[in-house]
Amino acid sequence: MHELEFAKQKLTWRDKFFRLSFSYIFLIVLLAVIGTTTLYSAANGSWSPWAFRHISRFGLSLLLMLGLAMIDVKNYYKFSYVFYAVTLLLLVAVEVGGHVGMGAQRWIDLGFFKIQPSELMKIGLVLFLARYFSSTSLQVIQSFRGIIIPAILVLIPVALIILEPDLGTATMLLLTATIILFAIGVQWWKFAVVAVAGGALLPLIWNFLHEYQKNRVLTFLDPERDPLGAGYHIIQSKIAFGSGGLWGKGFLHGTQTHLNFLPEKHTDFIFTMFSEEFGLIGGLSLLLLNILVIAFGYVFAYRAKNYFAKLVIIGLNTNYFLYVFINIAMVMGLLPVVGVPLPLISYGGTVMFSLMASFGIILCMSVLSTSDDEDFDD
Amino acid sequence: MSKNTDKIKVLSRRTLWIILFNLAAFLLIVARLCYLQIYQADKYRTLSDENRISTRFLVAPRGVIYDRNGELIAKNDQNFQVLLIAEQTPDIQKTLEIFERIVPFNDEEKVKIEQNIRKRKRFVPIKLKDNLTWEEVAKILLHAPELPGIEIDEGLNRYYPYANLYAHVLGYVGPVAEGDKQENPLYMVPGFKIGKSGLEKTLDHILQGKVGSIKLEVNAFGRVMKEIEREAGSEGQSVSITIDSRLQQAAFEAFGNESGAAVVLDVHSGEILALVSTPSYDPNLFAGGISYKHWNALLNNERTPLINKAVSGQYSPGSTFKIVVALAALEAGVINLNTEFNCTGGMDIGNIRFHCWKHSGHGYLNVVEALKHSCDIFFYETALRVGIDKIHDMALQLGMGQILNVGLDNEKSGLIPSKEWKKEKYGTLWSRGDSANSGIGQGYVLVTPLQLVTMLARVVNGGYAVQPTFVKQSKENLKKIKRLKISVRNIEIVKQGMFEVVNGAGGTAGRARFNVNGAKMGGKTGTTQVRRISMKERRRGITRDENLPWNLRNHALFIGFTPVDNPRYAVAVIVEHGSSGSGVAAPIAGKILQEALKLDIR
Repeated sequence: MHELEFAKQKLTWRDKFFRLSFSYIFLIVLLAVIGTTTLYSAANGSWSPWAFRHISRFGLSLLLMLGLAMIDVKNYYKFSYVFYAVTLLLLVAVEVGGHVGMGAQRWIDLGFFKIQPSELMKIGLVLFLARYFSSTSLQVIQSFRGIIIPAILVLIPVALIILEPDLGTATMLLLTATIILFAIGVQWWKFAVVAVAGGALLPLIWNFLHEYQKNRVLTFLDPERDPLGAGYHIIQSKIAFGSGGLWGKGFLHGTQTHLNFLPEKHTDFIFTMFSEEFGLIGGLSLLLLNILVIAFGYVFAYRAKNYFAKLVIIGLNTNYFLYVFINIAMVMGLLPVVGVPLPLISYGGTVMFSLMASFGIILCMSVLSTSDDEDFDD
Repeated sequence: MSKNTDKIKVLSRRTLWIILFNLAAFLLIVARLCYLQIYQADKYRTLSDENRISTRFLVAPRGVIYDRNGELIAKNDQNFQVLLIAEQTPDIQKTLEIFERIVPFNDEEKVKIEQNIRKRKRFVPIKLKDNLTWEEVAKILLHAPELPGIEIDEGLNRYYPYANLYAHVLGYVGPVAEGDKQENPLYMVPGFKIGKSGLEKTLDHILQGKVGSIKLEVNAFGRVMKEIEREAGSEGQSVSITIDSRLQQAAFEAFGNESGAAVVLDVHSGEILALVSTPSYDPNLFAGGISYKHWNALLNNERTPLINKAVSGQYSPGSTFKIVVALAALEAGVINLNTEFNCTGGMDIGNIRFHCWKHSGHGYLNVVEALKHSCDIFFYETALRVGIDKIHDMALQLGMGQILNVGLDNEKSGLIPSKEWKKEKYGTLWSRGDSANSGIGQGYVLVTPLQLVTMLARVVNGGYAVQPTFVKQSKENLKKIKRLKISVRNIEIVKQGMFEVVNGAGGTAGRARFNVNGAKMGGKTGTTQVRRISMKERRRGITRDENLPWNLRNHALFIGFTPVDNPRYAVAVIVEHGSSGSGVAAPIAGKILQEALKLDIR
């Protein structure tokens, strides 16, 4: 039985806790503190409405992270399919509810708490794929039949999320899944074939996009197309970056932000604001912290001796990388503005919780790797 | 097992690829950051400042203008105007609709507002309406909550208390023409006015003062956050001119409904005491932008109210030019006080017959009598003897044939012909007939009223080359005035002639005679044809032209000075199509000079 691969986990809670990577946790806390500071500035030097809630949520989700890190690792393996299935059902529910309500529907309101199933799916999909491929052979992986079922099970949630519509999350899911398939050894040429086919289908996909999504893409290609409308955000963002220069305008002194020229400064465009106030030096430092977080992830993955654990870490780490890259690239005008926040810095509850959950799972898997007892057979 | 070991190997290899891919992506971001924040930093810093800094100009009050007695003749009045700041109103059309229900626009205003909205610049307010009454201001303030982006601005309007009296001297101010707006960023400021004609135009740089500016930090919605920098402006300099409003008024009224011009000089200083051109217009109409209706009415009036006839009108001087011819001949020595010619009513020059205005002839007369009776034959003869070039030189010495630069726009130079001039212009030789015609101020000769009065002042002040001016002259300046090379004796002969014109029995301007506490007037009449009277008409004796249509009648001229014994004031009057110098122009000049004497202008 596959469950038995994780057979004996004999660590005490105490042992397990002290085996967690405190450097990794420190980096995460540091990023959240930077995020809080930036949100304090975004509100013109005020704890409300964002900074205080951001740090509170972080505190709460830090507990969630530690909790998930302490869970017996085999539970992830055991419940991965169930988790995927439940999340998929929630996505369907959101889609149905969306037709009842008006416009974009991404939430399920539980009264005291809102669930965004697309965020949960970022974890669910990784767990699902990791479990699915941990029990298949390389031959199966590299055969056509071997990936057709997982591919369908990836495309179903992606399609549902596109319908919400949430192009950013859908793209991230698709890319995460693609990279997982790449990681497990699907042949290069298959990606090439899919890329060519995708390119050919592009005009068809174009017709399915909402007007505002089309605008975002067109605006990305030429921001001057509509400098006061759709192109305004990206133009103002570039002005904020450039005028920040090497050293920045100083904390609380970003004129583009504080005079409201920069939109969405507390969410998608927070990196712009940070770079306006702290300059190239600040921006590069923040980027470096994120690179360190990702590097830690790869180290954990390398050390893990269990295929499932490795794949989960790579998947979640890739997800984190995509957040950072897409967000920064889009605010600098390298990608269309698709609404991806900067992890731990941007304001937003659900993303914070799902990210911290990912970190918790990564930590859990990393502990597995350093334990003497985890030398599983399969 | 081996199967799983293979999978892990593949996974490790592929993970390395993924790491490489991540690094490449981050490298791209680093490169982009450096490009934006170092390479393009200056460009974006400028754009960022353009975003946040809004410069507003503080229009300085325009310098006021006084007459010689300290009377205000151009001042600034409070003007309430309504401005629209487009960025602060969610729906321009809706706001305008609501506004119109409170204070209606006329059609012209509507067109202008639409234009301005189309051409607006970011955060530059659009003027909707000005010269609001208190009542309108109160109504707008009451409805302020329904009118986002509408502001009441208290500005200044140029106001001319004497209205049409000074139109041709002061000119007017008006909004900057669209084409000139690029010249100076200030010209974009709503309600900014510049001098468009007259002294307002020539003295614009002095009157405008220094415009101040405030640099404001504005947010994305145009709301002012704080003041960054303020540069105070300064009021324009005030200016005093030499005109006496009372004399100006008298001169203007003396014309009645006639079309013409008059200029009064202080003969010793050249100060212009009055300068009128009739009909006139109200320059206050231009301050807020004149309506098309008014503008077209002014433009199409056959009596040309927009033209300053005193400096831009060029006329044949007619018999008034005989002063110049007489002086030229006396100075050249070709005639003296005792030289007499016999006037028989006509003479042949070449094969053309030249007539005296008095067909029966004047008989024998000398230069004084010839001036008194304005005998044409005497001056044909004199002009032939002295030659055109000496007449030309004398006329130029006396201020004709040149722009005198009093500071009014469109001043004309007139024309004093010479042999050289004719050859250049027409390629033909100067004829004796040309000399004869010039001798009585007809033919090619053209002068402006300003030149006529300057000529007269230079003669009657004893031959001093005064320059007409609007600037009060100091004693030191007066000492610097050059004396012309004209003998006092000859000047006295000519003055005697001019005395006789008015005061002698049978002088041509006897009707304008006056005696104000012993001060009498001397002068010279002139009547000039605007069309040639045909030989047929002449034979039939139709030389009177009061019955002709207005625009075919003769121009009437008179130049006069007073007191004769010790001249102080000189005047030149031209009445367009006034028919008769003696009958129409001389009485006007008489009235003006009497008023000057009564006012005793210092």
